[in-house]
Amino acid sequence: MAATKPRTSSFSRNFSSAHSSKTPGFKHGPNGTTFISSGIPDLDKILCGGFPLGSLVLVMEDAEAPHHMLLLRNFMSQGLVHDQPLLYASPSRDPRGFLGTLPSPGASKDDKSRDNSTEQEKGLRIAWQYKKYFGDDQESANAIDSKYEFCNDFDLRRPFDRHFFSGKHVECVSILDSSSLSTLRDRCATFLSQVPRNDGNISSGGRIAIQSLCAPQCDHSNMEWEMLSFLRSLKSMVRSSNAVAVVTFPPSLLLPSFSKRWQHMADTLLSVRAIPDEDKELAKLLTGYQDMVGLLNVHKVAQLNTQVPKILEATTFSIKLQKRRYLVLECLNQAPVDASSGSSYGSTGSCSGSSKTASLEF
Amino acid sequence: MDRMTSNLLDEAIGFDDPTPLIGRLLLVEDCVETSGAFVLHHLLKRAFSSPHSSNVVIFLAFSQSFIHYDRILRKLGCNLAAQRDSGRFVFFDMLTLGCSDRSGKETGEGVLVGLYCKIQRAVHALIQENKKHVTIVIDDISLLEVAANGSSNHVLDFLHYCHTLLSEVGCSIIALDHEDVYMDIERPLSLQLEYLADVLIKVGPLATGIAKDVHGQLTVLNKPVEGLQDKLRNRVQNFQFYIKENGTEFFYSGSRA
Repeated sequence: MAATKPRTSSFSRNFSSAHSSKTPGFKHGPNGTTFISSGIPDLDKILCGGFPLGSLVLVMEDAEAPHHMLLLRNFMSQGLVHDQPLLYASPSRDPRGFLGTLPSPGASKDDKSRDNSTEQEKGLRIAWQYKKYFGDDQESANAIDSKYEFCNDFDLRRPFDRHFFSGKHVECVSILDSSSLSTLRDRCATFLSQVPRNDGNISSGGRIAIQSLCAPQCDHSNMEWEMLSFLRSLKSMVRSSNAVAVVTFPPSLLLPSFSKRWQHMADTLLSVRAIPDEDKELAKLLTGYQDMVGLLNVHKVAQLNTQVPKILEATTFSIKLQKRRYLVLECLNQAPVDASSGSSYGSTGSCSGSSKTASLEF
Repeated sequence: MDRMTSNLLDEAIGFDDPTPLIGRLLLVEDCVETSGAFVLHHLLKRAFSSPHSSNVVIFLAFSQSFIHYDRILRKLGCNLAAQRDSGRFVFFDMLTLGCSDRSGKETGEGVLVGLYCKIQRAVHALIQENKKHVTIVIDDISLLEVAANGSSNHVLDFLHYCHTLLSEVGCSIIALDHEDVYMDIERPLSLQLEYLADVLIKVGPLATGIAKDVHGQLTVLNKPVEGLQDKLRNRVQNFQFYIKENGTEFFYSGSRA
């Protein structure tokens, strides 16, 4: 009888077979796509799995803040942890120096306690009797994560050891001095030829990270069509290989129409923004404003092999550093305007001004 | 008999006529927030499931690979690979057009001339095979511009040539373009395209913001066919849509059950 089987429905995915034969770092998604991790567990969850292989991810920078580097670093580190080949291009003179700032994965034991403690913090005090359920959930999710090691938590304060890079396949390119993008295009082409797409078995996935493609210090920054053409060829090359390309760019440096063209080019489109340090209005509006370092917007989620758009619950997330080490993304929580219930938020509820309550008494 | 149940989009385009799109240009315009690709998929499926086996589609794919379209159309109930083998679907993989060999200094013009020659040859070959109704689908025009290295005049010339082909042999053109990439240009290509188009479909996000059960809204502008006195006025229709894997639902605003 069917009842004796663990599976409840004949339509459920057979997870054991899907996971058994593959290398860590890959996850099968719907419509024949395969995900690799962005290096930020929360971002993977938001994007319903991660970055699909063969997709082009564009990140719109905040021209005045380096928040896009957080995404790039974690993306690159995750690739190194999974032993995936990496190509990094940047407009700096010494791109290899950037590798010294890549975060290394935090200890997994530490993770578990961290997650549980935050979960407990998050839970409302009145729901203490349900706490055990939260804990269970988290535990099982952790078990799955650690088993397949799809995504690690990275400790932003602990860089990789130097000797860690020795055996890894890492290429660094400076786009500062090259007069045209054709050299970078050729580098990408040769890099991607190592991770060709052959259906069925995925042995390795390449990662391309390009920082500030249209930076003004580069010679090609005024050749808009050249850059678009590069993006287009990068996208088509990535499509036919097992790789993901993440390109960051400051949209304010492009003409608005070109910025839109770039955005159309992207499969997954994200933007990051810094938040002003002392914005009293915003601090009043949002819980946990003190811990935020910036905002992340999800504009587009990759639609490979499907025509159905993914509608997310929320498109704006706050970037926070947990214990000043781990990057987490959270939905924005709007604080109650009436501050009378502010105390129930515990330590994070300090943002609602107490002076207001006095004036609102009935 | 037409097996497909007609929906709002089909009615607005005028699929109830016996020869709906023959000799006409249909332009789909979308934006970053809402992709209009689903309209192309819908029309592709429509072309292949109609009873006329003389329907042939020439597909110029600049934005996606064949696998992508094949998977989507398969879920819509139409096998593109089989159609391709039977000669009813001619797929031009344009993903790498104009960017494969920059060192050869092939100009944007040369690229487009070459492409047009290919299309012309394909169309004439199909006409000789007595496949009467040829549809040329372009996905999408903004990438065609990139392939032509930004020369919108050449793109416009290319489209004019295709348009001539359309009036010569009575085929039709379906093209996707992005409306928002022409914001700060004096004489945008989109204006001229909109002038050429017989049917204009604008796809956009909901004015009221993101919703779970409504994916966006459509405006269909159907210009009158010359010679039909009773249809002198443009027909404009607005409705909303919800995209599913196996089709798209169209409904008037607020009328969804």
